Amino acid sequence: MVARLLPFGEDPIRPAEPTPVTITVDGESLRGVAGQSIAGIILANERLGFRRTSAHDKPRGVFCGIGVCFDCLVVVDGIEDVRACQRRAKDGDAVTTQHHALPRGES
Amino acid sequence: MNQVLVIGAGPAGLAAARSARAAGAEVILLDASDSLGGQFWRHLPDNRPARKERLLHHGWSRFQALAAELTSDPGCEIIHGAHVWAIDASEHPIVHAVIGEPDGRNRRRMSFQPTAIVLATGAHDRTLPFPGWDLPGVFTAGAAQALAKGERLAVGQRVVVAGAGPFLLPVAQSLAATGSRVVAVMEANRAVPMLRGWLPRAWQLLPAASKGMELAGYLAGHLRHRIPYLLGRTVIAAHGATVVESVTTAKLDNDWVPIPGTEKIIAVDAVCVSHSFTPRLELALAVGCELTADRFVRVDRRQQTSIPGVFAAGELTGIGGVDLALAEGGLAGHYAAGASGTNPSLERKRAVFSGFAKRIEAAHGIRRGWPAWLSDSTIVCRCEEVSYGSLCSTARATASQSLRSLKLSTRAGLGICQGRVCGRTVEDLLAREAGIPNLTDGTTSDRRPIAVPIRIGELAAPPADQH
Repeated sequence: MVARLLPFGEDPIRPAEPTPVTITVDGESLRGVAGQSIAGIILANERLGFRRTSAHDKPRGVFCGIGVCFDCLVVVDGIEDVRACQRRAKDGDAVTTQHHALPRGES
Repeated sequence: MNQVLVIGAGPAGLAAARSARAAGAEVILLDASDSLGGQFWRHLPDNRPARKERLLHHGWSRFQALAAELTSDPGCEIIHGAHVWAIDASEHPIVHAVIGEPDGRNRRRMSFQPTAIVLATGAHDRTLPFPGWDLPGVFTAGAAQALAKGERLAVGQRVVVAGAGPFLLPVAQSLAATGSRVVAVMEANRAVPMLRGWLPRAWQLLPAASKGMELAGYLAGHLRHRIPYLLGRTVIAAHGATVVESVTTAKLDNDWVPIPGTEKIIAVDAVCVSHSFTPRLELALAVGCELTADRFVRVDRRQQTSIPGVFAAGELTGIGGVDLALAEGGLAGHYAAGASGTNPSLERKRAVFSGFAKRIEAAHGIRRGWPAWLSDSTIVCRCEEVSYGSLCSTARATASQSLRSLKLSTRAGLGICQGRVCGRTVEDLLAREAGIPNLTDGTTSDRRPIAVPIRIGELAAPPADQH
């Protein structure tokens, strides 16, 4: 998975010059540009910053990209269950990954 | 004065808002995002416009005209960040929304009791399961499209686009225009069944020339980027340790059963797969709208649903693309505003492009043989991690024919996406397991009374401004 933001100088649609934003994901600083979703910044930095599954503890990525599948849930500034694909990143957003393991019976 | 509430600001919603204004109604337009255009005209943020944005879109000048007209019109109130989470069904339905960031907290609650409602909530991709579809790096085609158009992000550098339907073509084109190398676009249907779907009474397609131009434009883009368009082949598995590293593709027969011996492994770093679309029916069902046999919202020639005063337009009423959505939206807004008289030009357009919708389904629809590419360990319900084997063995053990009871015993469709991704697939597989055409308790996986999640604190807060 090598997602990449098209550098604006190479973009055939000639967008305006972007403003950088920096967010942290599990404490690590990741850079993106203003207007990107949190999901987009995580993807473009080649991180697996999304939820892990409850039963099999498998990492999930961005799947539907439009707020339908809930695979990209993250914690933003202490608030859980935020769909990273739906939330535009703000400079300084503190994102953490979330994982809810199933309760295990005592053996 | 009549007040028309339009939910959704994609092509159908924008057209509805415009024509309701033209007919003299006051309009409130709600949309969850912070810009107009919906998924179809998704674009870079409005504060960072691109000079040649039109290169990524079909009908961009039409969008710009609609957006300019509505944003400068004091009789049309546009509320962005409006997440409609419920509708109270009654003679005069009440629409409930929270206004603010997606999945935020302490958002402002608002409710609306308009004279008429136009539902234009659109559709999302339907992706059938296959081994490995839960690996990071497997995207729906819609995800690739949204990230390419909305952020200029290419989901991968070496990408296969697969599934069914004309939508695969613009997605591949957007990927190529965002820096991906698209290795191939794979349409699951073979040439003969596809042509059988497209060609009966082909002369009826002539008035839909603009649609032909749209498709021709996508195909020209394919030639320019040298993207092969393969028929009768699809992705039957994705592989990788933690992310996608390769896919297995295979030729399919007319029924979408993979043909043994035709498998090929292709190295990719992303794969985009969509087989169909599912309409976003939550609000329509909450307010009590009847559905058609193929599970879209039933509307009359005025685009009115079975509930008086509630209208529907766009992909909610059938997957027909932008031209049909614009025509239906225009008619819905007109009649929702209480206008008398007809609009022959829009009615003609609707007739032409609804023919197109039927052809798309006939040519590109999901065929019955696809479960042949599943294995027992393939995840079917992504949220609850229910495998195909476990779904079938639980269904066999309970011998139930009721969807409600099978959802409880298998847990398929009960997770955080609430069956949006797997619901119809689970229904289909369970009915096959039971050996009946449809499960018998009359329930479906489409009904979600809470249309989008809101936080308990927001629900407990003092109620809202009533509009």
